[in-house]
Amino acid sequence: MDISEIANFYRKMLLIRRFEEESARLYTERKIGGFLHLYIGQEAVAVGAISAINLSTDYVISAYRCHGHYLACGGSVEAGFAELLGKDTGCAKGRGGSMHFYDVKNHYYGGWGIVGAHVPVAAGMAWAVKKNKTGGVVLCFIGDGAINIGPFHEGLSLAALWGLPLIVIIENNYFSMGTPLHKTSPVEDLSIRALGYPVARDCADGFDVFDVRDCVSRAVERARSKNQTTLIDIKCYRYRGHSMADPGTYRTKEEVEEMKKKDCILQLEKILLDKGYQSLVEKIKKEVEEEITTGLSRAEAAKFPDPATVTNYVYVNS
Amino acid sequence: MAVIQIREAIRDALAEEMRRDEKVILLGEEVGEYDGAYKCSRGLLKEFGPDRVIDTPIAENGFAGLGIGMAFLGFRPVVEFMTFNFSLIAIDQIINTAAKARLMSGGQLTCPIVFRGAGGAAKQLAAQHSNSFEHFYAYTPGLYVVAPSTPYDMKGLLKTAIRDDNIVCFFESELTYSLRGEVPDEEYLIPLGKGDIKKEGKDVTLISWSKNVHLALKVAEELEQDNIDAEVVDLRSLRPLDKDLIFGSVRKTNRVVVIQEQHEISSYGSYLAYLIQKDCFDYLDAPVEVVSSLEVPMPYSLSLEEIVFPSVARCKEAVYSVCYL
Repeated sequence: MDISEIANFYRKMLLIRRFEEESARLYTERKIGGFLHLYIGQEAVAVGAISAINLSTDYVISAYRCHGHYLACGGSVEAGFAELLGKDTGCAKGRGGSMHFYDVKNHYYGGWGIVGAHVPVAAGMAWAVKKNKTGGVVLCFIGDGAINIGPFHEGLSLAALWGLPLIVIIENNYFSMGTPLHKTSPVEDLSIRALGYPVARDCADGFDVFDVRDCVSRAVERARSKNQTTLIDIKCYRYRGHSMADPGTYRTKEEVEEMKKKDCILQLEKILLDKGYQSLVEKIKKEVEEEITTGLSRAEAAKFPDPATVTNYVYVNS
Repeated sequence: MAVIQIREAIRDALAEEMRRDEKVILLGEEVGEYDGAYKCSRGLLKEFGPDRVIDTPIAENGFAGLGIGMAFLGFRPVVEFMTFNFSLIAIDQIINTAAKARLMSGGQLTCPIVFRGAGGAAKQLAAQHSNSFEHFYAYTPGLYVVAPSTPYDMKGLLKTAIRDDNIVCFFESELTYSLRGEVPDEEYLIPLGKGDIKKEGKDVTLISWSKNVHLALKVAEELEQDNIDAEVVDLRSLRPLDKDLIFGSVRKTNRVVVIQEQHEISSYGSYLAYLIQKDCFDYLDAPVEVVSSLEVPMPYSLSLEEIVFPSVARCKEAVYSVCYL
């Protein structure tokens, strides 16, 4: 395995983890309002999947647990924290908040709060890239809670019908909010739903960034070469509650601790340490810490939006 | 000037804009092979091909969302709902995705899209196909709402709506697709947010939009027998609203009757009544009357349906009321 690649994955996943840990702290200090859905535990999914695409031609869209996808697309730490703090320098100018991160210049198209509703939107983006003949693909992240709602099925069925370069990734963290998977799906392999449209299907281990990368790479190849749509089930686990308001009484501490033993970041750290790259690990940790600290302090120092701009961004030219 | 039907005015507007800009795409149920459920896209599949005139399966949420995704990446989709009754399936995409995208992204996303189709009731289509929903959309910041009444307005406003970078909900009417009117041979555009006086008068202002403008004109004609000279204001756009046109007319006539197919409670007409009393209080000689559909889901029987709709008789009663006759 290429050490620079491992180090790159390690750095990106650690950055997301640290961003989320700091966000949790800011939330408990009441500096962040509203809902805060943390990505801690699932970092390998966003980082592995997005490493398999080329953001100059490809696009990413996701649901409301979106900080990881935003950062994996290259979104700025400072603008991310600023958004959470409601600042004008935020990645959505303080208008979106935790659930609605956007970084359109990096082809990250949000950050959507209605479960499953962005799947048809992603299909429309895939229609557009196909029509433009850029060879692009669209990665659409959803949660396992989205698999029973209409737009998920409508989006996939239209993508299958028209042969759209769309890859829908189910981040299957076993809980739709607090309801366990067995109460919302008769099968654990959610990719089986692909059979009905039909689209291609695949599965990956969300604790293993390389497995995720390889699985999504296969889907990207199918999309680019054959305009084939793929539905992927990636098993993962969030260590924190559904949101910060969730004490997680629907699962045991032992279960969470058991999952943490497979942690995607610790896996990579172990590989690097076993190969004798202790100083590299230390260097990455230090650099990530600096990026977090600098980004956060700049975000905290930034201004809140000017009240005179409250009705901006409702209409074009408004 | 040619005399054409509203469905032809819509078709011509679509065709002209699709010829002008290859990013304009028409999609919806029956728009291609069938030439449109109401024949508003006759010949377009043949001229522009299946990549630009896209027949969709029956999946309103899906194809509305799909149009929004196209628009995010620079296309200018016109999404046809066979009727706006079915837009309820897609209302989450229109209100919670399209209308919010620009604000939630801090101005990064643009969604140049038109959602169009027949609004309101037709004739004896019963409760589920006889809804008047334009106020749902007019309520929502981030959307524009247009509801023209004539071939001329329909064509000029649809062309403008397609060129606009915002989201436009464009209401037509099943009962007026065959209505004829003059349309210039040369190209023209009508700006959004500009109403039109369809008949000048001095005694009372009748305000309406979409097909009920024609009811208002008929009411005005009959009122001539009572020596009442009614002015008919066609809003054309509900959002943005041409308040100056309304207030100018009210200050002239001092009496107002709003005629709408909506139910009264929480309706667009109720909002107009609020605006008029707030801005023209000192000019009003009588409380604003709003003639609406009765508070009942539309029954099938013609004998009942006729009672539910605003009628010439009910409108005239309202006029007599504001004239204290």
